[in-house]
Amino acid sequence: MSELAAHGAHPPGFAHQFETVAQQREAGQLGMWVFLVTEILFFGGMFTSYTIYRALHYESFVTGSHLLEVRFGATNTYVLICSSLTMALAIRCAQTGKRKGQIIFWLILTMIFGALFLGLKLRFEWYRDYVDGIVPGVSWAYTGAHAPGVKMFMCFYFFMTGLHALHMVVGLGILTTLVIMTARNRFSPEYYAPLEISGLYWHFVDIVWIFLFALLYLIGGRYPGS
Amino acid sequence: MSEHSEQSGHVGHVVPVSTYVIVFILLMMGTALTTGVAYIDLGRWNTVVALAIAVTKTMLVVLFFMHVKYAAGLTRVVILAGFFWLGIMITLSCSDELTRTWEIIPQGWNMIIPFVSRLF
Amino acid sequence: MSTAIADLHEPPAESGVNYLNANYGIKSWLLTLDHKRIALLYLGSITIMFIVGGVAAVLMRLHLVEPQGALFEPETYNKLFSTHGIIMVFFFLVPSIPATLGNFLIPLMIGARDVAFPKLNLLSWYVFITGACFALYATLSGGVDTGWTFYPPYSSLYSHTNVVAVALGVFIAGFSSILTGLNFIVTIHKMRAPGMTWFRLPLFIWAMYATSLIFVLGTPVIAITVFLLGLERILHVGIFDPSVGGDPLLFQHLFWFYSHPAVYIMILPGMGVVSELVTAFSRKKIFGYSFVAFSSLSIAVISFVVWGHHMFVTGQSIYAGLVFSVLSFLVAIPSAVKVFNWTATLYKGSISYEAPMLYALGFIGLFTIGGLTGLFLASLATDVHLNGTYFIVAHFHYVMVGGAVMAFMGGIHFWWPKITGRLYPDYWARIAAAIVFVGFNLTFFPQFILGYAGMPRRYAIYPAEFQVLNVMSSAGASILGVGYLIPLIYLTWSMRYGKPAGRNPWGAKGLEWTTLSPPPTENFEEIPIVTEDAYEYLVAGGPRV
Repeated sequence: MSELAAHGAHPPGFAHQFETVAQQREAGQLGMWVFLVTEILFFGGMFTSYTIYRALHYESFVTGSHLLEVRFGATNTYVLICSSLTMALAIRCAQTGKRKGQIIFWLILTMIFGALFLGLKLRFEWYRDYVDGIVPGVSWAYTGAHAPGVKMFMCFYFFMTGLHALHMVVGLGILTTLVIMTARNRFSPEYYAPLEISGLYWHFVDIVWIFLFALLYLIGGRYPGS
Repeated sequence: MSEHSEQSGHVGHVVPVSTYVIVFILLMMGTALTTGVAYIDLGRWNTVVALAIAVTKTMLVVLFFMHVKYAAGLTRVVILAGFFWLGIMITLSCSDELTRTWEIIPQGWNMIIPFVSRLF
Repeated sequence: MSTAIADLHEPPAESGVNYLNANYGIKSWLLTLDHKRIALLYLGSITIMFIVGGVAAVLMRLHLVEPQGALFEPETYNKLFSTHGIIMVFFFLVPSIPATLGNFLIPLMIGARDVAFPKLNLLSWYVFITGACFALYATLSGGVDTGWTFYPPYSSLYSHTNVVAVALGVFIAGFSSILTGLNFIVTIHKMRAPGMTWFRLPLFIWAMYATSLIFVLGTPVIAITVFLLGLERILHVGIFDPSVGGDPLLFQHLFWFYSHPAVYIMILPGMGVVSELVTAFSRKKIFGYSFVAFSSLSIAVISFVVWGHHMFVTGQSIYAGLVFSVLSFLVAIPSAVKVFNWTATLYKGSISYEAPMLYALGFIGLFTIGGLTGLFLASLATDVHLNGTYFIVAHFHYVMVGGAVMAFMGGIHFWWPKITGRLYPDYWARIAAAIVFVGFNLTFFPQFILGYAGMPRRYAIYPAEFQVLNVMSSAGASILGVGYLIPLIYLTWSMRYGKPAGRNPWGAKGLEWTTLSPPPTENFEEIPIVTEDAYEYLVAGGPRV
């Protein structure tokens, strides 16, 4: 069945500024990748700043990094990787024409992992940091070594993980929308573009965390004497 | 000719579940590895290893979860451009921030080593 | 149906259905998905912002007729130049040609029915309006006095003005740019008509593509930068704060990483317009098409590695200064290529001097002066003397006003018949163009001399010996203002009383001239099939109507 045929042959979701479904799909993919490039540059401004200050104030950053607990950062990394798997499986279900219940199952599982990430971060990291007084500008009671540099490090920690968390929240909103759209039978093997491009966004947010974990939690190592 | 393809029906490469699971396991192992290595004293190499593992994990996610292995060349150009531009921003900013205290213009390879070693 | 030859002898399009009259009512405009209507929404918005920024400029120039300042306290003057810069850069120049002419013309020029993402297109306008509202609110409720560059620590820790509101406005407006750039990139890649290969595209499209690359790669960085600045201002601590080891120069790096390419966002579309005008009004193929096309891409790429030339005297290391100086000389080369190619296009062309051509010729001359003076500033030694003076002010106004704004005016006049279906009175348009040219040079040439003689920029008062040149400049500004007002009058007049235009009143090449004026909502009756290169004027052109 050729997409170049009559009007009625187009599946739901076809937008009429396009000539074919394939063109629309490719345009959507390219559009999302271009958007992700803007996100690389957006986070990149902070990664650039981080790189410079880490080079200039290395000992302070190591000290600050040791205020973070690796077990929570690592756990959250595992959680996000699981969420990427479930997201990829949700898209695969749509590609292979599975029942909408299956797609929704994987999407909701993805959301659960995402919510778990945010819950762990809020309760066991940020809240504890607030109580311990190492949140710059909000609750600061640090009296250890390298205080100014540690404050700088904690600024980076909260700005970068905060921006990341904001992206996670937006991602949860997008996933909710996808669940609703799936429930309304909008997707099929011919048309699942919103799932695919949302998946790209979700995986990107996972990648940002992969780097944040490595750069914020593991500076200078965690071996005795580091 | 215009760039859009004329294919109908067949939409996107379907990746086997096994591939996804293998990539998942590799990512989990990579996380365990990077966490574990942090507790071993490798001096400056700790950071190198951590970044290398992070880059590897990223490539796994990009190639398989984000389907770039099966995507058109334009997609790869776009991704590379993004990282390249980030590289421009970091490199040229560092060319100022990390050279403020240089006294004389170093000669040859001596110029590179202090520059790079400050990052670790 | 081949559209290789423009149908010049068809009678002017009378009351057919077109994008303007297809639907009536305010909702049909505020909820439109038609790129042409969105372009007009933008045109109205940026005209308003131009007027606001222009009023600030008029007030500044009036104030500067006296060495001790004629009208304002220094604090107020600081707010005026800051407002002028912020509004003109972020809310007029950056969106001007892309969001108006770009939105209107790109689908028409490539033979598409609309852009790739029409809903994102409309969203980008609403995002722009939101940002503009924040900026206007900040202006009206006390303004900012940091300059459009917002350098910390003044902007983050010391200024008592509405920095956060303006930063928010800039942040939001940035997303409008990103959406526009994203839309254009995907549209140009994926929506070209059959036969429209990359090297058959009009050079305006190449210029818009290059501009869109800058939108997408640069704007996110200004977004994160003002975001971090806002956080620092709210939390009283942040990454630019020296008390925690922060470096204010880092802000400048991040700021200029975007803001330098931003100036190429402002000029590249103008260069694209000039390529169209020069070919149409010399009725000749562009000289060196691929050189001009690649020069647009080169400018976009090289523009990202030169930003440190704004920081030669702020404390940047000498080594970075060396690198940025060399690279800044490099970026002049593709611009020069364009000027040579336009000139070679004019040579032995059949030239006519309608208003769009006057603006294009003005652009070529004034941009050349502006660009050459940029080289004085790229050279480290001379920049030490000239930085922070009126020389810089003159330099960037030559390229931005003598360049970009003139190109914008030329483009608006050239495509006006297509956009509105009406002809404007070219007699008055030429008079206005001449007034703009004279007024512009009288305003800004004295500023080169003032800067070289040492008058600092952003100062509310100045030594008495500079008064003559300042008065000259202010006189020029009033003439320039008149020159900008006249088109507002006759263009508005023409919308109701202008002669109907017909499909191709200029006899120009390009797919946009093959469809009706104004175009129907879906742009073309049939998607054209392209069989010839751009600007094939000596082939089957024919005389103008």
